[in-house]
Amino acid sequence: MSDNQVEKDAVSGVETTGHEWDGIKELNNPAPRWWLGVLLISIIWSIGYWVVYPAWPTLSGDGERGGTKGSFGWTQYSQLKESQAEIVARKAAYLDRFNAASFDQIKTDEELYAFAVAGGASAFKDNCATCHGTGGTGSAGYPNLLDDDWLWGGDVNTIHETIRAGVRANHDETRFSEMPAFGEMLSGQEISHISDYVLSFSSGAAYDGEGKDLFEMQCASCHGEDGKGIRDFGAPNLADAIWFYGGTKGDIMSQIRQPQHGVMPAWEARLSESTIRQLAIYVHSLGGGEE
Amino acid sequence: MLKKHTVVEKNSVLMLIFVVIVISIGGIIEIVPLFRMETTIEPVKGVRPYTPLELAGQNVYIREGCYNCHSQQVRPLRDEVERYGHYSLAAESMYDHPFQWGSKRTGPDLARVGGKYSDLWHVQHMIRPQDVVPESIMPGYAHLSHKGANLEDIGKDMTALRMAGVPYTDEQIANAYNDAMAQAQDESDHHDGLMERYSKVNARNFDGQATTTEMDALIAYLQVLGTMAELKDYTHDGTKRSGQ
Repeated sequence: MSDNQVEKDAVSGVETTGHEWDGIKELNNPAPRWWLGVLLISIIWSIGYWVVYPAWPTLSGDGERGGTKGSFGWTQYSQLKESQAEIVARKAAYLDRFNAASFDQIKTDEELYAFAVAGGASAFKDNCATCHGTGGTGSAGYPNLLDDDWLWGGDVNTIHETIRAGVRANHDETRFSEMPAFGEMLSGQEISHISDYVLSFSSGAAYDGEGKDLFEMQCASCHGEDGKGIRDFGAPNLADAIWFYGGTKGDIMSQIRQPQHGVMPAWEARLSESTIRQLAIYVHSLGGGEE
Repeated sequence: MLKKHTVVEKNSVLMLIFVVIVISIGGIIEIVPLFRMETTIEPVKGVRPYTPLELAGQNVYIREGCYNCHSQQVRPLRDEVERYGHYSLAAESMYDHPFQWGSKRTGPDLARVGGKYSDLWHVQHMIRPQDVVPESIMPGYAHLSHKGANLEDIGKDMTALRMAGVPYTDEQIANAYNDAMAQAQDESDHHDGLMERYSKVNARNFDGQATTTEMDALIAYLQVLGTMAELKDYTHDGTKRSGQ
């Protein structure tokens, strides 16, 4: 087909492009107006967007960080700040009073106490439940926080300190103690005797064997002669039938031979002081809290 | 005007010029910012390249597909900051190749998991997650405890990463194997060298076994995540930039 002789479609009266495939000819229709309109509006919209919002990281606008800032001055960080301010405002009624009050004062102030327990419960789920269980029941190697058996002490200040600095944690003031591995010092026979004696504390069975002397020589300096433990050393009470690493004779022998030591992370760097105090009050409220 | 396209369609040189112009616009807009990437990285202190053992752990992390369920990006949204801590900075993943960002989470975000749990917890959790988190749907990775970490070649990984812009020194690459082995031991003759070459290293026997396993490597990696950057004095607009 020559250039000056444009074929027109007989039905629609529209010119064809001159292309033909198997007898089908393409009409030379322009792009629909509405489509073209949307395209042009999008382009104009994008220019407005560039002006209003931060858009171009490359163009140095300000210092080494560079980037266009946008006339609205919007950033995702200022948006975050605004949404956090909302929460802070909602908490403000309690938080200032809470931060200024001592644990004793909080205990007698019903409103503050409820605030602390609610805040602590929520922080507990995020941070503590993974080890101590959603309800604080713990599991082998992770203490139960519902009972009155405490390794380092169960008054609210001690709990606060344990949360703040952790146990055997990466913190300068962390709680630390380590039971020696008696497998290197005692024979299997001796360890077996000690285990029998340890079990007799909680079973109440009369014990009359070599284990008593051995216990008093090797173990009593940390666990006490009566086996009730000494909290200054984090030495567990062995007389209450609550076992951290299992209560069978085999479990006890293995713990004497080659003790396991749990680690609790320090939370001071991760959580705010206010959150740690709320957690301490919450844990204290779970059932075993001491005066 | 709408019928003028025949002109372009029938002149291949003109067509070519227009094609080049259109592609250049798209290309320039996408490519030029990459040459100025440093302007997007926040000036925050403390971020260092991974130690060889941590890098081996990252390799395990990627191989096992942990990223399919876990992201490493705390977004600047109130709920995420409440749950995970400070939002992630670009600077914190500038040595990650590939980066582990994402917002699709089946498990929790791990950008700030370092130091949150004890090593023993991680070991138990990897072996059988339901032992410590009964409601977890994560599969177990007990096999990591039985397989030695691949540390022979870790220096080569570091060489490759250096090409991608991670500032490993010749000394760090030369000592990669010793540094990796030392980091997973409670005591080692190579600890001093390791501490000299990398700041703030967790060096200990992570999984409690005598051999250095993939479990050691993975836990070393997890325990450092989100702990390097000194965020205490960081503000987005740089008003309190420490030491500057």
